[in-house]
Amino acid sequence: MWNQRHGRLRPVGCGMEELRRRRREREAALRKARREQQLVSKRLLRDDAPEEADGVCVALILGEDEIQQFLRLAQRGTEEKEKERALATLRRGLQHPETQQTFIRLEGSMRTLVGLLTSNQALLQLEAARCLHELSHSEQPAVAEACLPATSYLLTYVSGHSSDLIELCLYTLGNLIVESEAVRRQLLPQGIVPALAACIQSPHLTVLEALGYALSQLLQAKEAPEKFIPSVLGSTLPQQMLRLLQPGPKLNPGVAVEFAWCLHYIICSQVNNALLITHGALSTLGLLLLDLAGAIQRSEDAGLELLVCPVLRCLSNLLTEAAVEAVGGQMQLRDERVVAALFILLQFLLQKQPSLLPEGLWLLNNLTANSPSFCTSLLSLNLIEPLLQLLPGSNVVSVLVLTVLCNVAEKGPAYCQHLWPGPLLPSLLDTLAFSDTEVVGQSLELLQLLFLYRPEAVQAFLQQSGLQALERHEEEAQLQDRVHVLQQTALRG
Amino acid sequence: MQLPPALHARLLAGPGASEPLPVERDPSAGAAPFRFAARRVRFPREHEFFEDGDVQRHLYLQDVLTQVAWAPERPRVPEFTCQVAGCCQVFDVLEAYEHHYHTLHRNVCSFCKRAFPSGHLLDIHILEWHDSLFQILSERQDMYQCLVEGCTEKFKTSKDRKDHLVRRHLYPADFRFDKPKKSRGPGLPAAALPEPAETLPEGGQQSEGDDMEVCSEHMATPLEPRGERRTLGHRIPSTICFGQGAARGFKSTKKRNKQH
Repeated sequence: MWNQRHGRLRPVGCGMEELRRRRREREAALRKARREQQLVSKRLLRDDAPEEADGVCVALILGEDEIQQFLRLAQRGTEEKEKERALATLRRGLQHPETQQTFIRLEGSMRTLVGLLTSNQALLQLEAARCLHELSHSEQPAVAEACLPATSYLLTYVSGHSSDLIELCLYTLGNLIVESEAVRRQLLPQGIVPALAACIQSPHLTVLEALGYALSQLLQAKEAPEKFIPSVLGSTLPQQMLRLLQPGPKLNPGVAVEFAWCLHYIICSQVNNALLITHGALSTLGLLLLDLAGAIQRSEDAGLELLVCPVLRCLSNLLTEAAVEAVGGQMQLRDERVVAALFILLQFLLQKQPSLLPEGLWLLNNLTANSPSFCTSLLSLNLIEPLLQLLPGSNVVSVLVLTVLCNVAEKGPAYCQHLWPGPLLPSLLDTLAFSDTEVVGQSLELLQLLFLYRPEAVQAFLQQSGLQALERHEEEAQLQDRVHVLQQTALRG
Repeated sequence: MQLPPALHARLLAGPGASEPLPVERDPSAGAAPFRFAARRVRFPREHEFFEDGDVQRHLYLQDVLTQVAWAPERPRVPEFTCQVAGCCQVFDVLEAYEHHYHTLHRNVCSFCKRAFPSGHLLDIHILEWHDSLFQILSERQDMYQCLVEGCTEKFKTSKDRKDHLVRRHLYPADFRFDKPKKSRGPGLPAAALPEPAETLPEGGQQSEGDDMEVCSEHMATPLEPRGERRTLGHRIPSTICFGQGAARGFKSTKKRNKQH
């Protein structure tokens, strides 16, 4: 009895723990890969997942003879179903790395598979595309290179009409793109950009998500800023991508996530961001930010952080463009609701994904740095106090919060009037107790601005043992000059 | 983090911004040893600031099987037959029919019933194979359009186009959807004739390239010794129909015909 229960419960308990451990391991591996500039991920499309769900590994290791036999059967079987079955068995075999190796070493195998992909039997063709998809998911670069002869056909079918086949081709291309530079080199001349620009008109959401995935993989490549981004910007893709990011009943989160990442890769490469701004990127992304905050308010927050992150990045980086002023970008983004939305998102990130908090504060910095209007909104919407509540967070968060406060304070006396009296000074005395030089340094900067524009604050500072707080940093090389000046100001005041 | 309750109301209200307070800067602000200057910050793609967000993105990509509601079971429906004349394929899953229709009946040449993977390739085929003016015009100007969508180049001959496809677009030399029309006796639809042996592209693998146009059991098996499929008899599909406009069924569907 006990054994039975034990036997039944254990796999579940282990499963959860196992899942968590695996996720942690994967996260660590991804971090390492990112530092080595090797961050590569692929998507796997399999619709017979239930077979694997019960933990039975269905991937077969097929030998050379078997592969040959299945290919021959798929080509020349007497019945259509028989051909499909042969190819389906081969496909399951190709889930195994060893079968993949055997397959690519077998002479003529890829040629035959491409032949089946272009066959006039629709289901056989689909099965051949699935075989290629399995191969594209391989972690061995040689397997991706073996798929080189297939890319022109995959692109041809992207221009077709069968949404199932288009989706498969796009995910396969997206996987091959990150695995092999040789594949990327030939995709541009083979016309991937016009093919995608035509395909993005598709009404099928599955196709659009797959397209966004493939495009984001292309734009992520090391050579993208020189090779792909100019070509993408020269096509109709940017306008279409912005269309798919417009908030409204037609916005699909899965699709929007992919295209928001595409935009991020384009924008952070700084090839021609002025063009995106003239297409209205700032206003579209600003409206999307409002929409996201609205969804969070209605607590429809399933997976929203996935979309929040690239949208924050796109807006932040776009705001640094000189063209923002020139083409009326400031006009596109002057609505103070953007600040309100951003704070709702900050609160959401704090609960859901605190590691993304810095990205939100980065946008707040870029919004407030040169904008008296947004600084005024921050004050009139009573957002200083919530901002101060973020100070006990990580050092990066604290520095960013203090920087935003400096942005407000440096605008002059009218602004600092709203900062004192208030909770700012006690918070600053707390951050002066931090050990991080950058946090303390930024606190000193803010104190200087406050004393300059609001001399009345000096008295309060002295009363709250501010001098003692400063003394602590007298010896630190990077801080002592500023500490001395502030001490003198305080004593004079 | 406690947000003021009025903030949520602000989000729902209309656009607008309050009148900015007057800006009045003192030159001694930010003077040495202080260094603060308000500025917008840009981060390039590899910056470590992006590490956490990038890792989350890649976890999402890899997790997609668990995140996206993927419908593994497509509902079965009572068996039905494709309604296109001459096609008797039977289906019990709607999506399979959709795929079949879009692949085989969507871009079909009305003259010779060939199916093409895209509208672009079909347009080029109709122009080159069935437009009577094409031959005359092509003697005077470049008429052979590039097969790659988005490329506007035209060529004098299909051979020139093939060279362009291989050199400029890195297409395979035996690209299956590049079948130039050969000059043949009038009245005979070109589709019915096997390509003359000398037009075999490099590697002699041409016969498997006709997949879209001839029946698939006819594909050459590269896994077999070469000589076997060089015999002409083997290369003429048994199901091929001569005569303009005749529907060319596929062998398997014919079988189904007999069964039903």
